[in-house]
Amino acid sequence: MSKVKITKGTKYVVGVDAIESILTSLKEQNYKTIGPTIRDEVIIYDELDNISELPIGITDVHESGSYRLIERADKALFGYNVGPFSFKKYLFPPRLTILKTKRVDGKISIIRKDEHLDKLAFFGVKPCELQAILIQDKIFIDGEYVDNYYKKQRDALFIVTTNCTEAGSSCFCTSTDSGPEAKSGFDLAITEMIIDNDHSFLIEAGSKSGLKVLKELDIKKASADLINIEIQKLDSAKNNMGRKLNTTNLKDLLLENLNHPHWEDIAKRCTSCGNCTMVCPTCFCSNIEDVTSLDGVENERVRSWDSCFSMEYSYIHGGAVRASIKSRYRQWMTHKLASWQEQFDTLGCVGCGRCIVWCQVGIDITKETQTIQKQVTAQAEQLAEVEN
Amino acid sequence: MPLNKTSKPKLAVWKFASCDGCQLSLLDCEDALLAIADKIVIASFPEASREIIKGPYEISLVEGSITSAHDAERIHKIRRMSKTLITIGACATSGGIQALKNFKDVNDFINIVYAKPDYISSLKNSTPIAEHVKVDFELRGCPINKLALVEVCNAYLNRRKPNIPTHSVCIECKRRGNICVMVSKGIPCLGPVTHAGCDAICPAYNRGCYSCFGPSEDPNVKSLSNQFEEMGMSKDELIRIYRGINANAEEFKNESIFHEQK
Repeated sequence: MSKVKITKGTKYVVGVDAIESILTSLKEQNYKTIGPTIRDEVIIYDELDNISELPIGITDVHESGSYRLIERADKALFGYNVGPFSFKKYLFPPRLTILKTKRVDGKISIIRKDEHLDKLAFFGVKPCELQAILIQDKIFIDGEYVDNYYKKQRDALFIVTTNCTEAGSSCFCTSTDSGPEAKSGFDLAITEMIIDNDHSFLIEAGSKSGLKVLKELDIKKASADLINIEIQKLDSAKNNMGRKLNTTNLKDLLLENLNHPHWEDIAKRCTSCGNCTMVCPTCFCSNIEDVTSLDGVENERVRSWDSCFSMEYSYIHGGAVRASIKSRYRQWMTHKLASWQEQFDTLGCVGCGRCIVWCQVGIDITKETQTIQKQVTAQAEQLAEVEN
Repeated sequence: MPLNKTSKPKLAVWKFASCDGCQLSLLDCEDALLAIADKIVIASFPEASREIIKGPYEISLVEGSITSAHDAERIHKIRRMSKTLITIGACATSGGIQALKNFKDVNDFINIVYAKPDYISSLKNSTPIAEHVKVDFELRGCPINKLALVEVCNAYLNRRKPNIPTHSVCIECKRRGNICVMVSKGIPCLGPVTHAGCDAICPAYNRGCYSCFGPSEDPNVKSLSNQFEEMGMSKDELIRIYRGINANAEEFKNESIFHEQK
């Protein structure tokens, strides 16, 4: 137990042991702790038993269509950026039975059964990931139609955020205002501090449950010097983003240029495989199928991840609404960056760069946007010159 | 609505040029097969029983490709006695591995393989069933996924559309939680242009997809080839990657010929 008075929003300093203690404390509170670990040479999120399972001393190197792990010079616990899977799969599972029915004497009745859901704690949520969860909250629980499964998981969720002091080559969270430091929405926020041989963490609570965990730790208030170093580290991440997205007037620009020739150019490269939507932490499209028993008595209604890159997704009587790859890519990108703003009052992009890295042909949403922006600006300038 | 219990539909299984693997997946359905047999009369299925009930049949499952003049005629007879004709497997839906002969002169092979080539009567090309008769539904794969076969029978019995997606393997790969082998390991993978249905089994074992299910609904094969070339794939390898089980599928055929003629 700490003797320091602990309050929300104040930064404290702890050692590596405290990270293990947080994990233990969450487990004791019956949370299933989910965090980063290495599988098949990639950092994924899975159930964590102890901190030795974290990707210690490992970082990820991103390029368009390429992802590799390399060793770091230090023993950082959270010294990587993002892997292929976000935490999305825990709140919005890839496949979920949403309804079971049975036909009895010709009548269909709903089989109701309250299923037990594990209380989840997400450990090592990068600020862009957190922003993605806050965006999905708007989609699944803030609107008129509430997704029960999502809401149940979300209400019980504990979030440990880890701020980024290093930006990856595919990161652009500063452009989307979603990092490298989390501003709200977390229970605990951590900044890993490795200064020479000193390995510590700055930590702050963002909620009552966070405060409760914090109070059990052996902590002291962070010095002004250490907080200054943290600011420098976060600034360094801000200034070293591998990608940039200019969001000024982006919505109008894209929606006014739906017939821009560059869409055709992208369509030549896009395989329409849907990977960008699968790895995107905010994409929420799904398909619903009824799975009947052979005798037609029992039925399960299953929801699974779908993608606007699938032709079937926009199939209505007579054919697919978006029959060309061009129209499907344009639909995805203009939704993320433009119409999402009208729909949810926010960008649909958090700058995590997954769609760039996990596109096996390396299509880069930031570069494609820049190309359209540049060409449109150049055209406007040309026009202005002619008029003058 | 389920069918009237008094009129069990009759099902027949037909074999053309194939390895029998797809029709065996019907036997492999085990418990589900018993449930199917409860609702459908398995009227003609020589692989399972010598007892054959005469047609016409409500459902015909057709395996294999057309490689002989005799078979090209036989499929029309089968079509005439079948209300619904469903082709099963890569041979029936694209021409199968035997369609590799389409890219060469078949007589060259016959002369090498057979002691008495005169006895062999084979068409120049191996072709899918749909090139000969109207097909109501195509079930892809080498072999087909037995669960998909049960689903097609199930959908038929319950008068609904089968839940058989036509999108890429990538979508089921990500749903399954696989790691992309192309991005993380630089392994060439046909998943982005391949029809779903296998539940991304090869990438789950760190292998690239080699397209047992053939092209997806709208495959951009050209773009994937460009990426393979950038990864260092040679012209020969590029030809070979498309000349597999679904070599005769339109998009793959055109792409392999394009690289051959380059």
